[in-house]
Amino acid sequence: MSWRAERVTTPAHFLVLSAMLFAIGAVGVITRRNVIVIFMSVEIMLNAGNLAFIAIANQLGNMNGHAIVLFVMTVAAAEAAIGLAVILAMFRNHQTVRADEIGLLRN
Amino acid sequence: MSELVFYGLAALMLLSAVAVVGLRNPVHCALALIAHLCLIAVSFAFLGAHLMAALQIIIYAGAVVVLFLFVIMLLNLGSDPGDRSGPGLVAAAVTAAAAMAGLVGVVVWRGLSLGEPGGRGLARGDGFGSTVEFARYLFREHVVAFELTSVLLLVAVVGAVVMARRDPDELEG
Repeated sequence: MSWRAERVTTPAHFLVLSAMLFAIGAVGVITRRNVIVIFMSVEIMLNAGNLAFIAIANQLGNMNGHAIVLFVMTVAAAEAAIGLAVILAMFRNHQTVRADEIGLLRN
Repeated sequence: MSELVFYGLAALMLLSAVAVVGLRNPVHCALALIAHLCLIAVSFAFLGAHLMAALQIIIYAGAVVVLFLFVIMLLNLGSDPGDRSGPGLVAAAVTAAAAMAGLVGVVVWRGLSLGEPGGRGLARGDGFGSTVEFARYLFREHVVAFELTSVLLLVAVVGAVVMARRDPDELEG
């Protein structure tokens, strides 16, 4: 009896999930003050984008989406390395990792 | 059946993401991030992207989060009671994010017409998601980006070393 579709998880499911994860990451970036947790929230946003790419690549049968995801992962890893180095330097100079206590760009 | 798996996976992913954003101790946030990244890898495998699932675990959960944890341990960070934003900011942020996600969700849910519903999933049998097929795309159409990525990584390594090292004047002989 095959009245039920064989697979009912459409890419739209994954895209809606991706949007929700992106929103959660955005709330983290806005709300938290610890710069490392802000960084982690940015990683969540990046992964939400990756999930959307993979979902569409699956639907279209086209693996260019996978290649794009690889590049996003690579850039995110490089960004994490440099960002954490900046945080280390910042902590060495100001002894804090709170975003609201660093006012270097203010006059 | 696959819908049950998807909803369970989605619930766990949302829960771990909220844990990363909401927990006070940064070490707990990093552990929740590891869980979230591994669940994303499971989603990739669910969508037939087997190589990307493996790379996700190796690169993200295996290197990036470890780097986060190293820095957290080096700086000896614990729970910070002052890391609480005012309720007004939290309410505004949650409202704006929910509105954005709701808008995207409605547009996607109603308007998406990419052909037949349902993805192709795990066992396609035609090599989708495999390393061989991935290499065919990466080294033919994206070879320039691939080479530029190697330059990017070199620059990132040099930049991180320069940013994180101590000034030689600071070190006593």
